[in-house]
Amino acid sequence: MTNVGVIVFPGTNCEMDAVSAVETAGGVAEFIWHGEKNLGDVDAVIVPGGFAHGDYLRSGAIARFSPVMEAVVRFAAEGGPVLGICNGFQVLAEAGLVPGALQKNAGLKFVCKPVKLMVESTSNVVSTQYELGQELTIPINHFEGNYTVDSKTLHELEDNKQVFLRYVDNPNGSVASIAGVSNRAGNVVGLMPHPERASNTLLGSADGLPMFVSLLTNSFVAS
Amino acid sequence: MTNAADVDPDIHRALGLTDEEAVEIAALLGRRPNHLELAMYSVMWSEHCSYKSSRIHLKRLPTEAPWVLVGPGENAGVIDVGDGLAVALRIESHNHPSAIEPYQGAATGVGGIIRDIFTMGARPIALMDPLRFGPLDEARSRWIAEGVVSGVSGYGNAVGVPTVGGETVFDETYRGNPLVNVFCLGIMPTERLVLGQASGTGNLAVLLGSSTGRDGIGGVSVLASAGFDDDANDESKRPSVQVGDPYEEKRLLEACLELLNEDLVVGIQDLGGAGLSCATSETASRGGVGMDVDVTAIPRREDGMEPFEVMTSESQERMLAIVEPSGLDRVLKICEKWEVRSDVIGIVTEGGALRIRDGFDGEVLADVPATTLHENAPLYDRPRQAPVGLAARRANDPSLDDEGGDLTDDLMAMLCDTSWVHRQYDHQLFLNTVVAPGDDASLLRLRDPETGFDTGKGLGLTADGNHRWCAVDPNLGTQHLVAESVMNLACVGAEPKALVNCLNFGNPEHPEVMWQLSESVDGMTAACTAFDIPVVGGNVSLYNESNGSDIDPTPVVAVVGLRDSLTSIPPGARLCEDSRVLVVGTAADAKSPLGGSRWAWAHGKTEGSLAALDAAAVAATAALVRKLVVDGLVNGVHDVAEGGLACTIAEMAVRGRVGCRTDIGSSRAEAFSEAPGRIVLSVGAGQVTAVLAVADSAGVDVTDLGSTGGDRIAIGPRIGALLVDAMSTSADRLADAMGSGTTSG
Repeated sequence: MTNVGVIVFPGTNCEMDAVSAVETAGGVAEFIWHGEKNLGDVDAVIVPGGFAHGDYLRSGAIARFSPVMEAVVRFAAEGGPVLGICNGFQVLAEAGLVPGALQKNAGLKFVCKPVKLMVESTSNVVSTQYELGQELTIPINHFEGNYTVDSKTLHELEDNKQVFLRYVDNPNGSVASIAGVSNRAGNVVGLMPHPERASNTLLGSADGLPMFVSLLTNSFVAS
Repeated sequence: MTNAADVDPDIHRALGLTDEEAVEIAALLGRRPNHLELAMYSVMWSEHCSYKSSRIHLKRLPTEAPWVLVGPGENAGVIDVGDGLAVALRIESHNHPSAIEPYQGAATGVGGIIRDIFTMGARPIALMDPLRFGPLDEARSRWIAEGVVSGVSGYGNAVGVPTVGGETVFDETYRGNPLVNVFCLGIMPTERLVLGQASGTGNLAVLLGSSTGRDGIGGVSVLASAGFDDDANDESKRPSVQVGDPYEEKRLLEACLELLNEDLVVGIQDLGGAGLSCATSETASRGGVGMDVDVTAIPRREDGMEPFEVMTSESQERMLAIVEPSGLDRVLKICEKWEVRSDVIGIVTEGGALRIRDGFDGEVLADVPATTLHENAPLYDRPRQAPVGLAARRANDPSLDDEGGDLTDDLMAMLCDTSWVHRQYDHQLFLNTVVAPGDDASLLRLRDPETGFDTGKGLGLTADGNHRWCAVDPNLGTQHLVAESVMNLACVGAEPKALVNCLNFGNPEHPEVMWQLSESVDGMTAACTAFDIPVVGGNVSLYNESNGSDIDPTPVVAVVGLRDSLTSIPPGARLCEDSRVLVVGTAADAKSPLGGSRWAWAHGKTEGSLAALDAAAVAATAALVRKLVVDGLVNGVHDVAEGGLACTIAEMAVRGRVGCRTDIGSSRAEAFSEAPGRIVLSVGAGQVTAVLAVADSAGVDVTDLGSTGGDRIAIGPRIGALLVDAMSTSADRLADAMGSGTTSG
């Protein structure tokens, strides 16, 4: 069965939720402590949400220097699928695995609410279960989710179909309403919304579950 | 016999002890206490820690039920919820710190309540924050509200415990003295339950977490056990407010749960009010042992701290674990992994002496029987006196002289969506939140996030207070609160199982305040007995006053309920298209139907009386609504409480974005009476017959008020508004007000 490594930094808090979503999608998952230098036998990696290292200095700025991140960078370079959710997206951006940066929300307040998203690409490792233009309802939960990138890179992202999700009604001031992006190869994806929080209809939406199914089907084992 | 003349009055008075208390301490010790000992007694015998004015009344509350595993007196109450799981719950106040420094006051309130929960072995999975501020049109009240909400958000979100419910109230009575109550609930495998006690001579007391600084010294005695006067004086209290660090707390929480999972601790206790004095004496006293504490082994944030400062500091994010010497290495290893500081600071001894020493073999700086610090705390039966002219006030019915007025305007003034507040809180972490904040009650999946084990059951949570009801009649007002909690839980299909309370009152040295407290406890006792809800814990916050004026009595109750089967999302407080609007239950018969109502308060009518509570009728209506919700027979549900029937219907219309045409009569009383006992339902046309049949067999009255649909909210002949106007009024009120500026001056 496909085994997903879920990275845990001190201050991470969505790690159990990520495991739950992977299991709901039919996979298995294990925690990987941030001090580890190797990922072990995993087929995909999730960097979950929370406040890694307290988000001190700047979200993700310290986490990117945790020993495990060197292993994640190697795994990604070899084509391994990596999904960063919320704080995990911030960590991946700080580590240079996905383009852009996340700054404070335009409203200067923490925002936790379900938002509508548009699927803009189906060619990365977590999007293959969706259709282009499909509308999803998935919660956001962040203070620093205002995506920014220089205009040249933005053009490249658009041209290369690296923009994965766009907000229908921009809640945080993100440039081009971007909620999630991938790297050029499509094996590393970062997004601010929490797909694990939309993994069961009792929670109000199951629109996020296909991301985990997609991650499992595109993992190293399956390919 | 020691007399007052033997004790230097300047020292104990400065520490907040009375002359009589100082004499009592000397008598207990058989000698004159030194400064360090007096400092320890002063914090432990403070109102905040010892409940010396309220204990005599709290004894009357019903605390037992077969499912109660731990009742009042421990760090948190614990109930068995079946399937091998237990939940721990507690509520605390952080009113005084939040009045002085709103962000840190609220943040450290959240931190403290979370520690109370994981101290018991439970993983904290839900917070609720009942908040009360001064008037919304006052810039300083908004400054406090903004800071408190940011503090709850900043700490709660980062520490990783979702805030799933609460209340936000703005009222004149809280000008200068806001109420910041924090509730936390945790879940655990029943066998992980652990108590805060030391045992085993030779076992070690290990201090985990932050180093100890000068923050929060005397917080419980200087700050929490006195009222507020003027700004200059309050300014000087700011050093008594602690400073929180959620990242430290998160690591401490994970480290402690790992220690408990590996069965490495004999007992564990958090450090809150009164700091190390409390944690060391309580663990020793509960375990019937003594403890030697090396004050020099306690890591400090700054040089030159005196032993009394170290022993009374309220520095946050600290825990005291009692461990066997053989397990120490493993304990230190786990703490190192989580980057949590850990130091052996004490050793469990025979006898009952708590000795503070300068080095383990050094000079004894304090030597007191541990039990005396809390078990011998004074117990006061303070004078109680009903307010003068009570009978006349109660006879003055605000429902009289119905001279007209615009009831639509009155209604519109009541609509206020509080999502500006709870949108700033993570309310979804752990994937359990089925009904989020903003509804009558919150509903969680009863599921252990550590294992993912889902019982298929639901956990309902509600927090309620109502100062207007309790100002009119603290006894019946408190009964109505408990009844409202029962109704709120019914709206999400849950049945009440346990209650914790936070009793926010004024100055206990005022006989009228003690009368209010005693009446409120009597009311809670009556209602909890009638509904079979055990009180498993509580907190008393006194001295809520500013410039000599006491707040209205504000008991807050948080009630946890269970729902046997959770397979669908409850419909929530809304109307749906093509439905009938029904009200189930009968309003309690009231001499003064608008007494204590929001309408009356808005019109300056604070007299009158409350209806007697018919608990059997409320229980029957609640049982009916639980069944209707669980069976999916209704598409909207909302209990009638603040604002009365008109406000209930209007709120459902706004939430559902659906108009209505209903007839509830034409009087103010019919529109706005808050007499308990009713729940409004929105029922699809095809389900009406079934609902009527179920209600009939339950023996509960049902009244058809009208139909849903259209672009207007029409409630009786005197209330009508465009739906879009009501929606924007509701949505914009709080957000616009908070956007209009704040000031700390």
